[in-house]
Amino acid sequence: MNVQNYVRKRFLPHLWCPGCGHGTVLNALLRSVDELGLSKEDIVMVTGIGCSARMAGYVDFHTMHTLHGRALAFATGIKMSRPELNLIVPMGDGDALAIGGNHFIHASRRNLDITAIIMNNHIYGMTGGQFSPLSGPGTTATTAPRGSIDPAFDAMDLAKAAGATYAARTTTFHVRELQKMLTGAISHKGFSVVEVFSQCPTYYGRKNNTGDAPEMLKAFRDETAKIGSKTLDENPELIPRGVFVDRDAVDYGEAYAELCRNAAKEAPRC
Amino acid sequence: MQIIIKTDWCKSCGICAAFCPTGALSVEPGEKARATDVEACTGCGLCERLCPDLAIEIIKVEVSI
Amino acid sequence: MKDIRFIQGNEACTLGALYAGMDFFAGYPITPSSEIAEMLSGELPPRGHTFIQMEDEIASLCAVIGGSLTGRKAMTATSGPGFSLMQEALGYAVMAEIPCVIVNVMRGGPSTGLPTQVSQGDVNQARWGIHGDHAIIALTAGSHQALFENTVRAFNLAETFRTPVILLYDELIAHMRERLEIPSEGEIPLVERLMTSVPRDVDYRPYLAREDGRLPMSDFGGAHRYNVTGLYHDMWGFPSTDPSVVRGLLSHLVEKIEGRENELTFTREYETEDAETLLISYGSAARTARQTVYEARDKGIRMGLLELETLWPFPERKVRDAVAGVNETVVVEMNLGQVFEQVRRVARSPERVFLANRIDGRFITPPDIRKVLRIIAGKGVWA
Ligand SMILES: Cc1ncc(C[n+]2csc(CCOP(=O)(O)OP(=O)(O)O)c2C)c(N)n1
Ligand code: SF4
Ligand code: SF4
Ligand code: SF4
Ligand SMILES: [Mg+2]
Repeated sequence: MNVQNYVRKRFLPHLWCPGCGHGTVLNALLRSVDELGLSKEDIVMVTGIGCSARMAGYVDFHTMHTLHGRALAFATGIKMSRPELNLIVPMGDGDALAIGGNHFIHASRRNLDITAIIMNNHIYGMTGGQFSPLSGPGTTATTAPRGSIDPAFDAMDLAKAAGATYAARTTTFHVRELQKMLTGAISHKGFSVVEVFSQCPTYYGRKNNTGDAPEMLKAFRDETAKIGSKTLDENPELIPRGVFVDRDAVDYGEAYAELCRNAAKEAPRC
Repeated sequence: MQIIIKTDWCKSCGICAAFCPTGALSVEPGEKARATDVEACTGCGLCERLCPDLAIEIIKVEVSI
Repeated sequence: MKDIRFIQGNEACTLGALYAGMDFFAGYPITPSSEIAEMLSGELPPRGHTFIQMEDEIASLCAVIGGSLTGRKAMTATSGPGFSLMQEALGYAVMAEIPCVIVNVMRGGPSTGLPTQVSQGDVNQARWGIHGDHAIIALTAGSHQALFENTVRAFNLAETFRTPVILLYDELIAHMRERLEIPSEGEIPLVERLMTSVPRDVDYRPYLAREDGRLPMSDFGGAHRYNVTGLYHDMWGFPSTDPSVVRGLLSHLVEKIEGRENELTFTREYETEDAETLLISYGSAARTARQTVYEARDKGIRMGLLELETLWPFPERKVRDAVAGVNETVVVEMNLGQVFEQVRRVARSPERVFLANRIDGRFITPPDIRKVLRIIAGKGVWA
């Protein structure tokens, strides 16, 4: 397959920095769409604001580039209006869980059939490297020159507690796993979340002396382990990867359709 | 195996060469990725998936003997 | 048979919206607008239309924009604090040219202010709540019949000009009960969305205006794939910082509204032909002003009323002409003079324009207006 069939070639090469993991997320997403046999016409991509949000410009789907943090709210309107469309919502870590945190938990709670992707580079890339609620204590950032003291969210815990019916985490090093999870999330009925650790060599990397993009990928490889693996059992300090939640629950769109069907049987009101 | 590198999209990040299991690729500082040992390529597809710039395509060529 | 109801203003607005074909509502409860959401939560589902209660007002307007883009007539309803939260998404709707209606039932502000009392303090917020240069349409109403009509009109203008329209009315109108005669089907013409005739697989340019300034739409998610953004964008909807694109788009966004005063400004006149004293008012305050005019006429005083139903774009020409022929003008409103400032701006003799107002959460009365008239006449405050 050729991923280039799904992109708006006139806008490539894209504007992401050399070695930016966001491009690898795009790469995996296009492969997943191809694997699922989805037509470009059946996909709506809604993004917020940030480096991550640039993705909307590059894919040849129906695309909407909205406001910082609000992508899920726009997507909710679209999905309620056109349930037959596949809604894919890539967001930055700040986008999804700082300014957009409230929309994220409520989208998880409703369980409307939308696929959210958190492109977690642990930093505010677009605005120049300030810390995010996923940076974690000790991260150096342009607004934390002495290291951040802010505790971090665990996006999987949050998604699970809020009611998401599919939640998975991986990294841009684990590209096959990433594609599999995206495919799982898109085909899942209900609200699904894939958190992808994505390297930002330009800000996170430079500020935290991680080395270049290949070095950052090696860290993703060495500092994470699959849920249920021996490695994780023996090294509990590693960050778990894998599918954290995959369950069936009533999809909000279907619940609403049923509400409408039942209401239509009542006598007219006004 | 055929390794197609779209040099106008490649940003020389070095990821493909760093993780190619067979050392088929190389990226010199400041230069675009190159397939320096095509014979070594097993067609595993890792490089084309890792590339953030959609710049590599691996084509498996059927060779009939 | 005529359909006559005795209902609240919020119900009149809701019925107007349904009459206009509104089929998508997203909102968050807030006094004094909540009755609209409550009523629609009952009315929309049996029609197979969308009602969704969102997590806040920001999300509400974002969802409305998403609904509208995909082909719905969409609306939200709120009050001051919620309207403040909506400003960023409202700017997006202006920039991306998304037709939708935002109802703001005014209460006293700033902040939580006076949740259950009357005020008209959001006139300037409606005009300038959004950052950046722009133009906006805001309608208001002083009776339930007018509110119904102007709700329909708000949807019509939103569709005609591909723009958000604000419907601004005050708490008194919202909660007061009065007679509403529901127009029969077809009595008020409805504007349906102008759809593109560009066929599938042919280059569709969502932001290419026709000669008359209108932009044919294609339901998002439908036959044409395009991009929508809040950034300055070209005719395909892709971001651009080209100075000519930026200048062109901003001029288009402003001109399509500011350049159409005649089509967009609605007013009512009472006893103005031979008036020597002119009252200018809107919303519930205009009811008091009208009463004051009738009482004055009974005493042989030549007084008239110009009632504004479009607040933005400000009806400059109509106000300037009306003010030109009278000795003095008194603007009657329940704020510190937001429309008063506009009238002074357009009047040729601003020193002959005065303000009769109330800012204490109480409804303005005829004595409040007469007091100002006595002062103008040099007769002192007490009758
Ligand atoms: C309301 C609002 N606040 C702040 C900003 C500025 N802003 C733009 S992107 C961004 C953060 C981006 O970080 P993240 O969401 O993690 O995405 P990344 O760029 O790292 O992919 C911020 C703070 C904005 N555009 N809008
Ligand atoms: S700043 Fe960071 S996140 Fe943004 S494009 Fe560059 S590397 Fe990627
Ligand atoms: S991974 Fe892609 S962009 Fe990076 S050097 Fe290799 S071909 Fe070039
Ligand atoms: S396909 Fe595999 S072996 Fe061949 S160049 Fe790419 S990474 Fe190396
Ligand atoms: Mg980030």
